Amino acid sequence: MNGSLDTGTLLLILAAAVATYLTRIGGYVLITRMRSIPPRMEAALNAVPAAVLTTLVAPAFFEGGWDVKIAMLVALAAALRFPGLIMLAAGWAAVVICRHLLGL
Amino acid sequence: MNRYDFKQGLKGGAIIALSSAPFGVLFGAVAIDNGLSFLETWLMSATVYAGASQLVGIELFGQRVEPWLVVLSVFAVNFRHILYSAALAKFIRGFTTLQKALAFFLLVDPQFAEAVRRGESGKGVSFSWYFGFGVVIYASWSIATMVGAWFGKMIGDPASIGIDILLPVYFLGMVLAFRSRWGFPPVVLASAIGSVAAYHFVGSPWHVSLGAAAGIIVATLLPLKPRHEPDAAVAGVER
Repeated sequence: MNGSLDTGTLLLILAAAVATYLTRIGGYVLITRMRSIPPRMEAALNAVPAAVLTTLVAPAFFEGGWDVKIAMLVALAAALRFPGLIMLAAGWAAVVICRHLLGL
Repeated sequence: MNRYDFKQGLKGGAIIALSSAPFGVLFGAVAIDNGLSFLETWLMSATVYAGASQLVGIELFGQRVEPWLVVLSVFAVNFRHILYSAALAKFIRGFTTLQKALAFFLLVDPQFAEAVRRGESGKGVSFSWYFGFGVVIYASWSIATMVGAWFGKMIGDPASIGIDILLPVYFLGMVLAFRSRWGFPPVVLASAIGSVAAYHFVGSPWHVSLGAAAGIIVATLLPLKPRHEPDAAVAGVER
């Protein structure tokens, strides 16, 4: 097991960590500088979760093969009735079936 | 610390910890494969603590891309957190400065989604709950990374055992959690079209920022939500 630390790599990791932390605190710093938030901006902020999370889903669906598309549709159907872990299991089972039994 | 809230947080976080663990294992395995040492792999999970960006960063690192470009890509993938911390502001007014600093460090996607949902349900986002929720995910991410780094070679091809599907399905579930929100269909549609188009014409990881921008712009153009609850009128953020 390699426990070494390369200086260049260490600096790279720390720089990535600082960059990430800046993104996590940046929005708060900006928003608290404003005395009040206009309603349109409030609407924009309220849309953040769905808008951002969708960008992590849509390309995966459209760029993925039939196995991925079917699995995500199965998961979508499961999500409308069951809690998250069942949805995850349904999507996983669908993709495994597609790949190993249907050869997609 | 409120013990009840803390326990509630631990319980909620444990579900997320469980479902995100495969990605921690995956990252650990990929990092070792791309030339990081065991210690460096763990350190990246412990300090960056942002799964998707860690995978992008390690992929570029393995391709011997210029270090500044690796950092810029990590920043680009994580840019969405700027929006998270802005949207979270109104729910954590009661936190002390130190608590806020820690809260933002722990601000991963499910942490944000759950905190907003809890805040909107009227239960209130206490630091005890937030910390309990976050710390269990953080700990499991670290442990899963080490497991992956240790046993990486034994996992084999993630696609053949279906691990690769878990991340998009997991994010799909988080999107759906917001489906009763005002303007959900047009926002999701705009983000979907925007991100797929950006993925094609600009490339990853910019599709995240550009797609999100499309959805958010649509949200600002929609007719405003009719106000029933007095709470929504309190828009000012106090320090």
